[in-house]
Amino acid sequence: MSRMNIRISGLGGQGAVTAAHLLAMAANKDGKFSISNPFFGAEKRGAPAESYARIGTERIYDRGELVFPDVIMVFHPQVITMQKSYTAPFYSGIKENGLVIINTSADLLSDEDRKTLDDLNVAVFNHDATKLALEIGKTELSTNMAMIGACAGITNIVTLKSLDGAIQDRFGKRYVASGGTATLDEAIKKKYAKKEMLLKANNDTIIEGHKIATEWAKTQNLQLVEV
Amino acid sequence: MNKQVELKNRKIIASQHVKLGQKNKMGQTYTDVNDIFYKAKQTANFMTGSEVIRAAIKVASVGTSVAYPITPQSEAAALIGELYAEGYVDEYFRGESEFAVMGQCAGSAFGGHRVFTTTAGPGTLRAMENFPMWAGSRLPIQVCVTCRGINSPLSIQPDTLEMHYLLETGMLVWHAETAQDLFDYILKGFIVAEQPDVHVPIAVCCDGFFVTHTKDTVDLPPEDLCLTPYDPYRNPQPVMDMETAPIRMMRDPFVMKSNYISYATHASWQQEVKAAVERSRKHTIPLLDGLIDEENTDREILIVGSGTAVSQSREAIRLLEAEGIKVGLVKIKTIRPFPYEEIRRATKNAKHIFVPEFNVAGWLAREIKANIPDNERVYVGPHVAGGMTMPSEVIVEEIKKHLGMEVAARGTLG
Repeated sequence: MSRMNIRISGLGGQGAVTAAHLLAMAANKDGKFSISNPFFGAEKRGAPAESYARIGTERIYDRGELVFPDVIMVFHPQVITMQKSYTAPFYSGIKENGLVIINTSADLLSDEDRKTLDDLNVAVFNHDATKLALEIGKTELSTNMAMIGACAGITNIVTLKSLDGAIQDRFGKRYVASGGTATLDEAIKKKYAKKEMLLKANNDTIIEGHKIATEWAKTQNLQLVEV
Repeated sequence: MNKQVELKNRKIIASQHVKLGQKNKMGQTYTDVNDIFYKAKQTANFMTGSEVIRAAIKVASVGTSVAYPITPQSEAAALIGELYAEGYVDEYFRGESEFAVMGQCAGSAFGGHRVFTTTAGPGTLRAMENFPMWAGSRLPIQVCVTCRGINSPLSIQPDTLEMHYLLETGMLVWHAETAQDLFDYILKGFIVAEQPDVHVPIAVCCDGFFVTHTKDTVDLPPEDLCLTPYDPYRNPQPVMDMETAPIRMMRDPFVMKSNYISYATHASWQQEVKAAVERSRKHTIPLLDGLIDEENTDREILIVGSGTAVSQSREAIRLLEAEGIKVGLVKIKTIRPFPYEEIRRATKNAKHIFVPEFNVAGWLAREIKANIPDNERVYVGPHVAGGMTMPSEVIVEEIKKHLGMEVAARGTLG
């Protein structure tokens, strides 16, 4: 039995919850076992929000806050710089040979952070996902797409085809996760004349994130868990 | 009261509703619950618990649903509003508060509708006075309780303390482990609660977020089948209001006095409600395939739990197994009626019984301790409270510590 535990830390409104759901939905389409759930307080843009995707080769029962992740994605620099997070430090509980993907244009780790992560042989990928989202998706609301693309590129935990399918399911149909999510869904749909354009922009952002991350992964000696 | 019921070849009394086989206005065919679950083809879906509640209510022939927002059930309540807009639910409106909602549910049930509502945490407690009122009035209303913290400091995260408060309300209380359980229990719950010899309300509980907001695989029957509607003519008592015998609650002052007649009235009525809950066993056992599930209960170490605690325990058992420690599992599906006899039988070989719970009270451990011999075998824990996650590693550690085994340091936590 093998399993990859992915923890996503971000700020409310960035799509951290949607990202975990998409990864789990895609894994499900790939024929893997998966489960995803969010963790947040009162729904508020800018407040800490976490989500978790667990993907494995056997049925997964584990749920709730993911305490021992293999992969951590940080959706916003303030998770690190301002401690806008439910877990401190942000890499708390990370497993040996793990992976951290940080949405940032600058290196944010302290010497102490770096030493801890090095000792555990954890790879850190600084990924300017918001810049990519603005360039390709034409909105920072696509940051989550650039992040899950990168995650898939490095870990191969889901295929691009199934991620595309998951996006079709998530945004192609009527979906209510919560009042806050519904509002954001409406906001992002208004940015595009047609739903197809939204789906394509999201998918393009995923593909570009995937490409950049795949290139980075080639330069690393990664020993990630395989599922 | 604790008599065992033979499982094999026993099915719940099939529906004889006059509308059986007919189509409703949405084109769904009224179908017996046995056929929906055991004959119709089930299709796998990947969805959240909130979406599962919507899927269940879509095929549940619900008359009235009353909504009031409180996390984590708000999404489910909103989705039922969509079903109303689409025509799958006859009446839907928002109450003024949870207290008002439960009163409005009572009114709708008195009027002969199948009634469904959802609440959580502080909402459950705010509504509390109504639950024993429903039971005493023999209204088979279903409330889906998506458990969350009820204490201060505030928490919106899962905590099952509110279920403790429901135990003596006279309601059936079932506890879903997964989204699949939730779907099954909602539909089967209506059928059991509405049997003439039961006819009491039911709380179908699940752990908020861990079930409601978690995407998981769920097998669903076809959407063009639906439950046969509630039949108010199968109500075992006359519809009760303030004027109608035999209750005439306000008009007949004897029930309001502290004399022997009022005592006899109350005692017999409350005992009858409790007896009705016990009578639900014979319908529940075949429909849920027993009040408990057992895995390897011949082992010396057992975990007994309900809800998400069972899921976390399944993971813990895998971890322990990898270390050569063999642990059995008992999943309790119905808290009311409590499976006294089943638990006694399932735990008879155990030397150590662990009861992991998502609440500070340890009410499930208390129920078990009160009902098995040699109850020093019961270890009350591990516990988390206030909405904290219970990682399977924590269950493993606590079991090993209690058994005097060495516990290795783990991860970089803290």
